[in-house]
Amino acid sequence: MAESDTIFALATPPGRSALAVFRISGAQAGYVLEMLSGRAVPEARRVVLRAISDPDSGERIDTGLATFFKGPASFTGEDLLELTVHGGRGVINAVSSILRRFEKVRTAEPGEFTRRAYSAGKFDLAQAEAIADLIDSETEFQRRQALRLLDNGLGRRAEVWRQSLLQIAVELESVLDFSDEGDVGEAQVEGLVARAEELRLEIVRARDAGARSLALRNGFTVVIAGPPNVGKSTLFNLLAGSELAIVTEYAGTTRDLLSTDLDLDGVPVKLVDTAGVRVALDPVEAIGVERARSAIGSADLVVRLQSGDVDPFDEAAPGDLVVWSKADRFAPPKGVIAISSVDFDSISKLIKSIRERALNTVGDGSEGLLTRQRHLDALAISADALGRLIEASRGNRLELAAEECRDVNVALGSISGSFGAEELLGAIFARFCIGK
Amino acid sequence: MKHDSQAERFDVIVIGGGHAGCEAAAASARMGARTALVTKSISDIGVMSCNPAIGGLGKGQIVREIDALDGLMARMADRAGIQFRILNRSRGPAARGPRAQIDRRLYQRAMQTELATYPNLSTVVGMVDGLILQEGQVSGVRLHDGRAVLAGAVVLTAGTFLRGVIHIGRKRIAAGRVGEAPAELLGRNLESFGLAVGRLKTGTPARLHQRTIDWDGLERQPGDSDPEPFSFLSDGIATPQVDCRITRTTAATHDIIRDAFVDSPLRTGAIVGHGPRYCPSIEDKVSRFGDRDGHQIFLEPEGFDTELVYPNGVSTSLSESAQERFLRTIPGLERVEIARYGYAIEYDYFDPRGLFPTLESKNLCRLFLAGQVNGTTGYEEAAGQGVLAGINAALRSSGATPAVLERSASFIGVMIDDLTSRGVTEPYRMFTSRSEFRLSLRADNADFRLTPVGTSLGCVSGGRTAAFRMRELETSEVARKLSGLSATPQMTRSFGIDVKEDGVRRTAMELLARVDVCFEDLIRMWPELSNSSASARMQVETDAKYAVYLDRQNGAVSDYRARLAAKLSPDLDYRSIPGLSNEIRSRLLKAKPLTLGHAYEVEGMTPAAMTLLAAYAKRGEAGA
Ligand SMILES: Cc1cc2nc3c(=O)[nH]c(=O)nc-3n(C[C@H](O)[C@H](O)[C@H](O)COP(=O)(O)OP(=O)(O)OC[C@H]3O[C@@H](n4cnc5c(N)ncnc54)[C@H](O)[C@@H]3O)c2cc1C
Repeated sequence: MAESDTIFALATPPGRSALAVFRISGAQAGYVLEMLSGRAVPEARRVVLRAISDPDSGERIDTGLATFFKGPASFTGEDLLELTVHGGRGVINAVSSILRRFEKVRTAEPGEFTRRAYSAGKFDLAQAEAIADLIDSETEFQRRQALRLLDNGLGRRAEVWRQSLLQIAVELESVLDFSDEGDVGEAQVEGLVARAEELRLEIVRARDAGARSLALRNGFTVVIAGPPNVGKSTLFNLLAGSELAIVTEYAGTTRDLLSTDLDLDGVPVKLVDTAGVRVALDPVEAIGVERARSAIGSADLVVRLQSGDVDPFDEAAPGDLVVWSKADRFAPPKGVIAISSVDFDSISKLIKSIRERALNTVGDGSEGLLTRQRHLDALAISADALGRLIEASRGNRLELAAEECRDVNVALGSISGSFGAEELLGAIFARFCIGK
Repeated sequence: MKHDSQAERFDVIVIGGGHAGCEAAAASARMGARTALVTKSISDIGVMSCNPAIGGLGKGQIVREIDALDGLMARMADRAGIQFRILNRSRGPAARGPRAQIDRRLYQRAMQTELATYPNLSTVVGMVDGLILQEGQVSGVRLHDGRAVLAGAVVLTAGTFLRGVIHIGRKRIAAGRVGEAPAELLGRNLESFGLAVGRLKTGTPARLHQRTIDWDGLERQPGDSDPEPFSFLSDGIATPQVDCRITRTTAATHDIIRDAFVDSPLRTGAIVGHGPRYCPSIEDKVSRFGDRDGHQIFLEPEGFDTELVYPNGVSTSLSESAQERFLRTIPGLERVEIARYGYAIEYDYFDPRGLFPTLESKNLCRLFLAGQVNGTTGYEEAAGQGVLAGINAALRSSGATPAVLERSASFIGVMIDDLTSRGVTEPYRMFTSRSEFRLSLRADNADFRLTPVGTSLGCVSGGRTAAFRMRELETSEVARKLSGLSATPQMTRSFGIDVKEDGVRRTAMELLARVDVCFEDLIRMWPELSNSSASARMQVETDAKYAVYLDRQNGAVSDYRARLAAKLSPDLDYRSIPGLSNEIRSRLLKAKPLTLGHAYEVEGMTPAAMTLLAAYAKRGEAGA
């Protein structure tokens, strides 16, 4: 993590608004804009409209507003780009992943924009004090996050990685610093490589799993299912139109299914309507039924709609949220969740239970670790450096391997805490009898 | 305070003629300061208290750095070395460390002769009992015989002498080294000025008579066949070379040591100071690593005109009789006679967090400390600090601003930064793993890193500056040539170098960066490259091989500098900064950090407090 890198972060909370603002600070900011827009950097401090495309594939991503601030006349004192795009997750993800592909561009550490602004002398003392509190609370948040990590298994795993890396470092550094000691002897390259390979695989696996869980968190899919005329579309519109749900991407049909992205009080949900599906009467309709079935199969939650006036279409599966509609006209059985399009309270209650189910499944994000992009980045850096460490060790270039080990220590350190020179030396002295 | 009007007056006084003291006095004199080296006796100058060797992994790099600043240790070692080895020779240049066995007497003689050639360096024989202060600033020293010597700055390098106590079994003897009186009064005097004092401990093994050792029956450890000197200025080694021998302790040795342990000062609690974990006594080794069936011992001749042998690896504070008994269970030592018994020594050191990174005391203006008194161990560590303390004492006394050696540019800088920001819990020794810049802090490029720095500070003689300019010129000339020559894949492959057939021409420099290409390969391709000096070729090759990594590291180095180098005034009144907790406030008042980097190391420092300090650091800069 270099201070000279260009950093970026979403300045608006994800999934909360129709527009999303990216802030990109550092020497590369102008270049990034040129590459995304295919046009020269505009005059400083002027808001311009720009088509944004993936510079590698040329694929158009979005049209957005760009404002370029030339350092030092910017918040951070560096060149700074503010890029406003449409707030849909698809766009946000695409832009983030394009930005990450630039060399020397990375996601910002918590508080890093502020720190940079700080070191550029952008604040007077009074402001500094206010910002100090802010940074402190960020740190407090990190600390709490770290504590939570400790008792949820992932923390223990990170600790195992740390220990494993420490042993690799002991192996390397003992040979580099103490090869003249009788007890140390020759480098055990094979054992070292095996250990590093094992650690690398574990980290790669954790990174992949993390990427999956991140994807899941980004879209908890709720499918509304039920026989024709049970009120699916009505419910879809009620949910999407409720004050409790913020529409982040407007409805459109995907593969004959209607879907929209919602933010249920901070929880991102993809809502899918299987309206129009009934018992297949002809081959074309059969395809539609198939799609609905497969949407139901891959849903994180199925809202199974029933009502007193229609026969159930399919059996509710365990885990489905069974909801009786038209409760104002056809009395539902006792004890079930019942809604009515005229009773907004009943809709709010349903939204709450969907939100709860979503939280139970993907967690509220407080378990931290691998659901944060920053951590995934750190794991990717670690895995790469371990790969180079293994290569250098095989070539018996242990001083280079040790350098890679240092990089892994820094990257993994952002998850598990890094070890310092004293701890490393302590581990060497505990293992070997050093002392001529 | 009353002064003898006859008191001698100098620019700089150095107390003690050990490794730190010799370098400090010489550096100060090279800076042009009229310097007095005060030593309790002439024969103390250049004495090696413990093992007869200089250099090693980490330490060898420091010796080269001292040389790059035109210090003495490397050149003296080249005159007195009797077995030279490059440790880790089979590994990359960044892992290598030069080391040599030294003939003690030759070393002392070389050092005394060398110091005598410095025109503005005088030796004053006497025991220093205390400092003289004027208006709260150190202005001289008082000798035991009542004389006063005055100066604009004083460097204290009293080694293990401050209230030194030697332990052998249950015996305790007040001494600074065996047979030498400790500095009792000076220790007490310094403490009275409010310097934070602690106790540390170290030890040394018995010295053996070679004629009583079955020398020829033991495994030989020869030196390198082509000894490589320490100094960038030495052309070769003229002294005859000797072998060391290797033996091991046995189960019987360990039994005796276990039995004798009841009388050990470590067990009886007589020793309170911490000893180094990496240099344990043999009794520590046996109790901590009892499962080993033997511990290696290197038998090192103390010189070639003496028959004393230093058994490296069996430092001990057991009783005399136990020492004799356990040594005789070791193969080759069955009939050994001991010339001098081993011992442990406890001594005062001053918490180095009480120093600025210039090595000047935060409490006592114009007092500089270097060497063992700062909690380090080792000749090289002491000498490295000595050079900087000498330079800075000269600068201070002339009214100039003292200098700091950067952590990213030298092991000396790493050491001083570690000491002054973190303090010590055991005697501090250099290991290369302490530096985050190992690939650039190499023994081979110490002159490139430091000679220009030394030249601009004024501590490098004209001769060395010229020699370095020459080497720099040759090296850059070779590098320039290599970047200008290029070859097609076809031509390159015809010389047996396996490059891709991609039609891309590669420069000689790019080829040299590959693991499988060496300079000789380039000479085969371009014979005109053969008329360059060996030293320049080697330098260019080493740099090329590390280039990718160094580029990455240079990024880290410049970030590091930018972030931490912002200056803080030592007079900053932390009480007047709102928003700091009382605890941090008092820690900062005590630590007096000079830069944000140092503030960051203060215990309990928070990001919020760092942010507040950053505001003051900026202000300071603007005001300066
Ligand atoms: C028993 C023993 C074992 C050691 N073992 C090891 C080891 O295993 N490994 C290792 O790396 N290092 C070891 N060392 C340490 C090594 O010798 C020192 O680190 C190194 O010599 C320190 O250098 P210095 O210049 O600080 O002090 P010293 O070399 O101790 O020099 C101090 C000088 O100051 C003079 N002096 C002191 N007080 C006064 C005064 N008041 N007035 C005038 N002159 C004064 C003394 O006469 C002496 O010449 C050992 C030292 C001792 C004594």
